[in-house]
Amino acid sequence: MNILNLIKISLTALTRNKGRSFLTMLGVIIGIASVIIMVSLGKSSTASVRSELSSMGSNMIMIMPSHERRGGVDMGSGNSLDTKDLKSLKENTKYVRYISPSVSTASQLVYGGNNHSGSIQGVSPDYLDIRQIELESGIMFTEEDTKSNAKVCVIGKTIVESLFTNGENPIGQTIRCGRVPMKVIGVLKSKGQNQMGQDQDDIVLAPYSTLMTRFAGNKSRNTFNMIFASATSEEESEMAATEITYILRSNHNIKEGSSDDFEIRTQEELLSTISNVTRMLTLLLTAIAAISLIVGGIGIMNIMYVTVTERTKEIGLRMAIGAKRKDVLLQFLSESVILSLVGGVIGIIIGIALSILISKTILHWPIVISEGAIGISFIVCFVTGVFFGWYPARKAANLDPITALRYE
Amino acid sequence: MAGSEIIEIRDLHRHFQVGSETVHALNGVSFTICEGEFVSIMGTSGSGKSTLLNILGCLDTPTSGEYILGGTSVSSLNRNQLSTLRNRKIGFVFQNYNLLARTSALDNVQLPLMYNPDISARERKERAYTALEAVKLTERANHMPNQLSGGQQQRVAIARALVNDPVIILADEATGNLDTRTSYEIMTLFQELHQQGKTIAFVTHEPDIATFTSRTIKLRDGEIVLDSPVEQQSASEALALYEQNMKHSMI
Repeated sequence: MNILNLIKISLTALTRNKGRSFLTMLGVIIGIASVIIMVSLGKSSTASVRSELSSMGSNMIMIMPSHERRGGVDMGSGNSLDTKDLKSLKENTKYVRYISPSVSTASQLVYGGNNHSGSIQGVSPDYLDIRQIELESGIMFTEEDTKSNAKVCVIGKTIVESLFTNGENPIGQTIRCGRVPMKVIGVLKSKGQNQMGQDQDDIVLAPYSTLMTRFAGNKSRNTFNMIFASATSEEESEMAATEITYILRSNHNIKEGSSDDFEIRTQEELLSTISNVTRMLTLLLTAIAAISLIVGGIGIMNIMYVTVTERTKEIGLRMAIGAKRKDVLLQFLSESVILSLVGGVIGIIIGIALSILISKTILHWPIVISEGAIGISFIVCFVTGVFFGWYPARKAANLDPITALRYE
Repeated sequence: MAGSEIIEIRDLHRHFQVGSETVHALNGVSFTICEGEFVSIMGTSGSGKSTLLNILGCLDTPTSGEYILGGTSVSSLNRNQLSTLRNRKIGFVFQNYNLLARTSALDNVQLPLMYNPDISARERKERAYTALEAVKLTERANHMPNQLSGGQQQRVAIARALVNDPVIILADEATGNLDTRTSYEIMTLFQELHQQGKTIAFVTHEPDIATFTSRTIKLRDGEIVLDSPVEQQSASEALALYEQNMKHSMI
């Protein structure tokens, strides 16, 4: 008997009992659909985190001062990174393309009669490249401005809206930041809110030197809150981090064996931490879904047993008119494989539809349908069909035609 | 009109082990059936006629003795070879028709050919149609078994037995579930097939059905007690007579 006949016979048998066939498939449908949904949502969440992180800046490396400990006493944080570090990092790194310190100070911004309380961030011109911020109009301040502690600034859209309410062009205007008058030389493109709901346009950038000398009150400061850097490429961000660690440790005279007085976070690290968590969760949920698939398989096995008993006479007849044991085995095996494959396809379709629906309407994540999960589901369905159909089919094939024909 | 030998049975024994007892269902049976014969195999229940039929139909193998079907010695074949032999050389007709439910008459008739890979789907359909023609049921080709009367269902079953052009048709109490009138109709059909040269072995326990055959083999306790030619009655005449009587009794 050829394959086409086999499939035809199996399909005829299955469509004879549509309701039961569907109920049998239901277990597989639910199992496969939930596997697809779990894997897709897991991938979507990773993708969403990834896109969030890359919007923060490409290949970004953050260097932060960490808590200093001297003789078991916590000396507080925030003072380990200074201008000397910045200088040697600039001069000695190979894998770092951009570098910018960051200092910030809270300040009242005033223009005309308008007030806005915010903060000013002191950075170097590289900052825009690191954070992937673009200028909408005007220019960014330069290294020259940094050297001369120029009183210039670049402002975000939110600041523009709250200070320049009459629609005047902010560029060339002078705003007052606390007691210091600053000339606006550029306006930044809007970046909107980040995942945490912070307004990324509520920003005033000024040369860090200006902030460190003119805003520090009586005494000028020479330490940074943070240093931002950007690696030459994504692959090289690990090397860049190593290099930075080495330079800073030697700058700070940290002996071998004692811990760093700073912290370095690369974007990759951040990403892998988050991905690990989601991967674990995905794995767990997928395992649960896989269990429901096994239950579905057992359902198929159960029904196939019933079917074989119910159709004993048919089996006897088929054997009498020339069906070999192999033919009967393959007939029932293909019935169970068709059941689970059709169930699988329906499950995949439902799974994809629900994944899209959930990512779109509830979670607002990018939609990622995992082709791998679909492929594996298909294989799993086939294996389920063969595995759980095997024993019932063998029972059918081993029937004695004489007894089977006489079976009532 | 006897042609070459189709079935040759020599000293056939079939024993069954039931508990500690050995049941001798067949005890040294020998006979031959030639091409074109219409043989009835008779006997009460327990006489061994079912066992004999199972062996003739290659569903069972004898404990000892020789069975040669169309030149092939059956006794030594394995299960798969027996299946192929049944598929190519034997046509079965059962008492309870054994048609597949919710499957059209045409598809039911095609069934034996599905297990013959040498026959294409097109040829299968053509041959099934021809077989339905032989039992005069072409207009019911697409009917399901539950839309057919008992007699019609049995005719579909006979068409199924004809479709593979077997060397012998084995009928097991083929009229057992039918009323007298339909039985005569079916016997008329069998006689027509016999007329066309088909070889038929017909197992029955009804003596009047056996009179429509050309030869009777009677079994008792696993042995042949009678093997003689019969003066064949015409089933169509019996049918006409029966209908006349019915008309009279109605009046």
